[in-house]
Amino acid sequence: MAEIRSYTMNFGPQHPAAHGVLRLVLEMDGEVVQKADPHVGLLHRATEKLAESKPYNQSIGYMDRLDYVSMMCNEHAYCMAIEKLLGVQVPERAQYIRVMFDEITRILNHLMWLGAHGLDIGAMTMFLYCFREREDLMDCYEAVSGTRMHATYYRPGGVYRDLPDTLPKYQPSRFRSAKEINRLNDARSGSLLDFIDDFTARFPAAIDEYETLLTDNRIWKQRTVNIGVVTPERALNLGFTGPVLRGSGVAWDLRKKQPYEVYDRMDFDIPVGLNGDCYDRYLVRVEELRQSNRIVKQCVDWLRMNPGPVMIDDHKVVPPRREAMKGDMESLIHHFKLFTEGYSVPAGESYAAVEAPKGEFGIYLVSDGANKPYRLKCRAPGFPHLAALEEMTTGHMLADVVAVIGTLDIVFGEIDR
Amino acid sequence: MNQALEQLAETISGRFAGQVTRVESRCGELTFEVAPTGLLTICQALRDEAGWNFEQLIDLCGVDYAAYGQDEWNTDTATSSGFSRGRQPLNRPAAGLSQQTGDGEQRRFAVVHHLLSVKHNRRLRLRTWCEPGEPPMVDSVIEIWKAADWFEREAFDLFGILFRGHPDLRRLLTDYGFIGHPFRKDFPLIGNVEVRYDPARGRVVYEPVSIEPRTLVPRVIREDNRYEAALKDAPKHG
Repeated sequence: MAEIRSYTMNFGPQHPAAHGVLRLVLEMDGEVVQKADPHVGLLHRATEKLAESKPYNQSIGYMDRLDYVSMMCNEHAYCMAIEKLLGVQVPERAQYIRVMFDEITRILNHLMWLGAHGLDIGAMTMFLYCFREREDLMDCYEAVSGTRMHATYYRPGGVYRDLPDTLPKYQPSRFRSAKEINRLNDARSGSLLDFIDDFTARFPAAIDEYETLLTDNRIWKQRTVNIGVVTPERALNLGFTGPVLRGSGVAWDLRKKQPYEVYDRMDFDIPVGLNGDCYDRYLVRVEELRQSNRIVKQCVDWLRMNPGPVMIDDHKVVPPRREAMKGDMESLIHHFKLFTEGYSVPAGESYAAVEAPKGEFGIYLVSDGANKPYRLKCRAPGFPHLAALEEMTTGHMLADVVAVIGTLDIVFGEIDR
Repeated sequence: MNQALEQLAETISGRFAGQVTRVESRCGELTFEVAPTGLLTICQALRDEAGWNFEQLIDLCGVDYAAYGQDEWNTDTATSSGFSRGRQPLNRPAAGLSQQTGDGEQRRFAVVHHLLSVKHNRRLRLRTWCEPGEPPMVDSVIEIWKAADWFEREAFDLFGILFRGHPDLRRLLTDYGFIGHPFRKDFPLIGNVEVRYDPARGRVVYEPVSIEPRTLVPRVIREDNRYEAALKDAPKHG
């Protein structure tokens, strides 16, 4: 009888396909995975505990750093949880802006995912193509918030400020020709809404380009079809949400089923997979790119027609304008109290969830009536997804582990928190 | 709270009378406090029985209620002290780190389950108080929802809550060899040890922390009458 020899292999945390800092301890029988034990926590920053030590508004920036590929969606859930407890109704225009930026964030996230996942399993060009479009969307982030990634743009009560009328232009440099600069600046000559409108017009062609490279590609299909299959029942039991759940054939999307903000006024479709393998999850996400583009376009059209406030007018929660503060005693007091002590949230608990690009991102907030959260729990979609890695990879080859990790769309900022 | 949720609340209260207590919510969310002895049967029924079908465990987390309702600066009367008010230690009650219930029982840790029914599009929150004593214990729901696996490991790691029946209750997020449970309210924010590379010994060494804990903004609890009206008609937001 042959001697049984299984190898223990260490994968990561510095492996490029580990998507950050995943350490996987694999038990291998030749090339076949017998057991996979993910070791996480290398990026643990105790965000939830830090939030307990700060007034509510000072933790918005931490939310960006959870899932650092879909920044504004995290802020959205956090603001919604606070607004729920405060009983605050966000102005309509702010709701549209939030929906628009949620969808821009979804496109950003899926492009990052598509590029990195392609790179993991051998499609180098995808990364370059995806980052081309990502750059434009990063500019949108920069235009509204001043930063390309960690925006802190959503605030309890609305969004920080209205959409700008102008965009920064590219300057001549020795790395770009005058023709190239003119092309880039041409789209940026109008307002931010003009720029986003222009983007939505040209983005479908870009998605077609990605699909030309991958969807019918023989190598791509060999790497993804029938890899990491999850049945719908199992996907529910494992706590899957978002595209991973929809890839398994469960038509569940919070934007449709439990609509928040103005999603109930948007016209879009929910793609659903059939087999629950890596290829279906890929198809679902690519279709979500198209649907998100549709939503962004609808928001742009509405926002053009309907000016209005983007913040509530309650200075117990939202600081007054700086000009008002200079000449008005009451505004000065409000400003002082909000920036030294913050606002107190009434005692109670709330759970607010958004359909983040990776799945359901939820914030469970317990307040005891203080100016800081008593307990904050971030429900990260990637957490149960990664927990199921062992079940999804057992019996597959080593190279398939990389495909499965890629398809789960793992970001350690949110898993380790 | 809408009618369907109200109906759901009634069926659950009726079926598990004595084991569950409804908790009022100001956000239109349904919460039950569950007796620890009944947790497993209730969860099993909530998942399997027609009409409930909570197929998904969306979230599970521990909560340490030791410092609930404690502030660092009293706002009942005017104060003449300055910014240092926030640097005083918490006004801890004489009983120490635990909450007194009505019947004099002491309880500190709770486990909160968030359930979701995809079929009926409903959410439900369960809170189970751990059995008192150290370490706090509660039953594991991993046999009912596999998703509980890592959530329970996390709660064990961060709060030291033991889940009876969990097959692999190891630390998840903290470092290998970490001591203590960092999300407990008596664990300092700055931690207990810090690490640095010691060139003399040629390895990383652990030392007691050298920084002082600081409070930038004191914790203040304010009674606000404006929210009393909001309790009656919850916002439709979300």
